[in-house]
Amino acid sequence: MTLNLNKPIKFSPLHRLQWEEAQQKDVILYPEGMVELNQSSAEILKCCDGTRNLDQIVSALELKFETTGLKNDITAFLEVALKNGWIQQN
Amino acid sequence: MAGFNKIKSTPPRWLLAELTYACPLQCPYCSNPVDYAKYQSELSTEDWKRVLTQARKMGAVQLGFSGGEPLTRKDLAELVKHAGDLGYYSNLITSGYGLTEERIVQLKDAGLDHIQISIQASTQELSDHLAGTESYQRKREVAHLIKKHGYPMVLCVVIHRENIHEMPHILEMAEELGADYLELANAQYYGWAHLNRDLLLPTKEQFEQAEQIAQAFKEKVAGKMKIYYVVPDFYEDRPKACMNGWGTTFLTIAPDGVALPCHSARDLPGLDCPNIKDYSIDEIWNESKAFNFFRGFEWMKEPCSSCDEKEKDFGGCRCQAYLLTGDMYNADPVCSKSLNHSVIQKAIDSAKVSAALSDNEKPLIFRNSKNSRDMA
Repeated sequence: MTLNLNKPIKFSPLHRLQWEEAQQKDVILYPEGMVELNQSSAEILKCCDGTRNLDQIVSALELKFETTGLKNDITAFLEVALKNGWIQQN
Repeated sequence: MAGFNKIKSTPPRWLLAELTYACPLQCPYCSNPVDYAKYQSELSTEDWKRVLTQARKMGAVQLGFSGGEPLTRKDLAELVKHAGDLGYYSNLITSGYGLTEERIVQLKDAGLDHIQISIQASTQELSDHLAGTESYQRKREVAHLIKKHGYPMVLCVVIHRENIHEMPHILEMAEELGADYLELANAQYYGWAHLNRDLLLPTKEQFEQAEQIAQAFKEKVAGKMKIYYVVPDFYEDRPKACMNGWGTTFLTIAPDGVALPCHSARDLPGLDCPNIKDYSIDEIWNESKAFNFFRGFEWMKEPCSSCDEKEKDFGGCRCQAYLLTGDMYNADPVCSKSLNHSVIQKAIDSAKVSAALSDNEKPLIFRNSKNSRDMA
């Protein structure tokens, strides 16, 4: 399974992304488990709304954080996310 | 000795709400206490809501509604709704027996996140025999309904000598039912499973063969289905890191309101496990004798106290040390460094002898109220 560059990416409906006040962290929740996220991973996943593809997500984040050159890091993380079932492409 | 000094603790993350000991099934490896029949009282809806609220405030986020059979509680949807409002990820851990489509929808509307359903074997005859109740066909129908209504589904199959030969068919069944996760839980020998151990413990050869089949399947379904494989620790030479360390992560509340650091802890002597009717969750977690008893490393004896692996496995399971060596401060005898390690081989040998006996000579003891009263 590899990331398709053209297709939009959406967060998996079988998982839940949520801010945890007690941990001061975003987490992914799924049956009987939890993954703690750092801030940049959480920001990427929040962009996976099912309307944007990889390039559009990169542009959105580079704009938001007023920077460039994020594509490699974002791609690497989304590959991991896809492998773990946190995101989907139709 | 242990327990009386307060040790800095991490907040609970996992709350297991054992709503009831009532269950229509009679599985002979049930993890409930063998004398469960003597605990008749159940918490009120308001008690449970208070527990949920207090534990959530401390940082608990994963919530298991379990039992017994949690569906026997009429206020389940109300509790699920309360949990959802608090931001829990709520898991229903059920036999599936008696779960109707109407209730599946009702629980979904209330905010239930996930359903874990158990099936005892891959064939009707064996599954119904092990459950002590005709339930196999209904469970299959319920599994389809769970997926129809968009829940993630965990299919849980407890593995032991009676069904381990069905491993290939169990895997096929999981695929056919559309399980998102398959939990292959090798029986852990506490409660009723301890009582029936001679009849349930597989041989090493059986276990290794089944594990190989499961491993190959895991690779085949990667990306579609996840496998949770619970190892049978009798064939390991290091103990499990039980509960991720005592009083670090897990909080269990028994049906009568007793708070437990693990679901077998009420069998350990002298812990004086507190009741949520008398104390807040904060007091229980941080201040109580029971939750501080085996926190940290101070309580350990040799070979644990000088062991360079103690921060990895915390000396293993306290309940297993107590059940098998009679001393809960001992190293878990699964560990090959334990002075009592030979009890494991004796258990394996004893199970081998029983395998040659007929059902009449050595029958399974099913988990039901009559047998439980006889045990008390």
